[in-house]
Amino acid sequence: MDALDGNAIGGLLIDAFSTEMTAASSTCGTCGAIRPVAELVVYRQAPGTVVRCRTCGSVLMVFVTVRGVICADLTGLASLSQPEPA
Amino acid sequence: MSGPISRGFRGLRRTPAGAEGRVPPGQYVTDDFPVLSAGPTPHTPLDQWTFSITQGGETEKSWTWGELQGLPAETVTRDIHCVTRWSKLDTEWRGVSVDTLLDQAGGDAPYVLAFCDGGYTTNLPIEDVTGGQAWVAFSYDGGPLESEHGGPARLLVPHLYFWKSAKWVRGLDLRDENEPGFWETYGYHMYGDPWKEQRYAGD
Amino acid sequence: MEGTAVRRRLTWQAATVTSLTRETASVVTIELDPPDWPGHRAGQHLDVRLTAEDGYIAERSYSIASAPGEPLAITVERLENGEVSPYLTQELRAGDELELRGPIGGYFVWGPGDRSPLLLLAGGSGVVPLRSILQDRSRTGSDAPARLLYSARTLADVIYRDELDRYHDGAEVIYTLTRAQPPGWTGHSGRVDAALLAQVAWPAGASPLAFVCGPTNFVEAVAAGLVDLGYPPERVKTERFGATGGR
Repeated sequence: MDALDGNAIGGLLIDAFSTEMTAASSTCGTCGAIRPVAELVVYRQAPGTVVRCRTCGSVLMVFVTVRGVICADLTGLASLSQPEPA
Repeated sequence: MSGPISRGFRGLRRTPAGAEGRVPPGQYVTDDFPVLSAGPTPHTPLDQWTFSITQGGETEKSWTWGELQGLPAETVTRDIHCVTRWSKLDTEWRGVSVDTLLDQAGGDAPYVLAFCDGGYTTNLPIEDVTGGQAWVAFSYDGGPLESEHGGPARLLVPHLYFWKSAKWVRGLDLRDENEPGFWETYGYHMYGDPWKEQRYAGD
Repeated sequence: MEGTAVRRRLTWQAATVTSLTRETASVVTIELDPPDWPGHRAGQHLDVRLTAEDGYIAERSYSIASAPGEPLAITVERLENGEVSPYLTQELRAGDELELRGPIGGYFVWGPGDRSPLLLLAGGSGVVPLRSILQDRSRTGSDAPARLLYSARTLADVIYRDELDRYHDGAEVIYTLTRAQPPGWTGHSGRVDAALLAQVAWPAGASPLAFVCGPTNFVEAVAAGLVDLGYPPERVKTERFGATGGR
């Protein structure tokens, strides 16, 4: 079973953050790798969605929907950023 | 939170006759064996593989693959229930009972934390992995357990949701506290009884 | 304005299926008429949601095959043991409703304002969003040079073949067939490798922009190959469909 990339969770990210996030820049809290969210490694076939660093494999984000609430754990990220809307 | 009915859509589910009473609430039966994973499939060579019972930073007992294969093993047929709502009936496994492993290791504690290649963990009360309820399983459906399903060996605890049957298991750490494992940390239930539909913390 | 645009994308809407076109033995293009579609950019996708009578829900994402301005369409490959794709490719009929939301995606997108030499690399059904890009380029009269390298198992598996063969306005389509070639085939055979990439790719010095889409293994090998040719990683956009080339 192959992993997907951050493109596959575009809809989930809009649900969680109310904005398009696949082009946002992520920094791994473990190895410092900087990548667009679209290029992160995504495991969707699970009790939750797990997003990992493509360089070191550390867990960056975990999304679990509990009783209708999307819980986003971002503690693996050092930062997440994107330009302000024009 | 659903929309209009999609004419003619059924998915892959079926409700087999005679399965009444075997399917916990909110589950559907599948003939498939879905592969769920939170990370890449690990591949530890068997000559480097070990299973350990640990406690307080010490290894109480450890078995190599060969030593595990030398222990008495059982073939069991059980129904399994995934928290993502699929259930699979009459699955056949072969493995070493966790009772056998704990008896040989000695040591005692109220809880265990299963630890695995790839970093996955899950927590269980010791009484749920003893009394003939849990195995370190290395064979599924008559053949070697495939890596995508947790091979070479996974924990098998069929009376709880299947996220507790940790894939690529490498040992059990005996614990005084019930420390949440991977999915438990992210909001899943600490115990996970499918018959009480204990999917999420607070259920 | 921005908030309104995002809120419309968040909302599920029931689109009427207006037509289904068989592209290959296992691939169908579904044309849709949603009541409130805000338009999209080439490369984006939409989410589809199916609800069974007992309330069971299945959701999938599909790349948008149509270019901005064309009737909205997705192209779906039927997967052997799929749960949703067999329904969409074999059961769904014109007149049915399909719940969808979109468009989604801000990374794997192209617009006619970009004049960089365009390199599109498709593995199997990965050609779907790249078709949207090629059509958008053609419809807007873009003069960006474009090449599509399309890897398919056999000629019969090539999606949009007639349309792809008709591009003459500076868009070149190169096929490689990996499993079987027809008699007299003069095109490429076998998987995309360093040699074929070197032959097809715009030189890195031309500041090209690459889009790679298809099964995970294909995308990773090709993206790495382009980086080896000197493409900066940020100029190689990737979209992985998973092992079987669809979803």
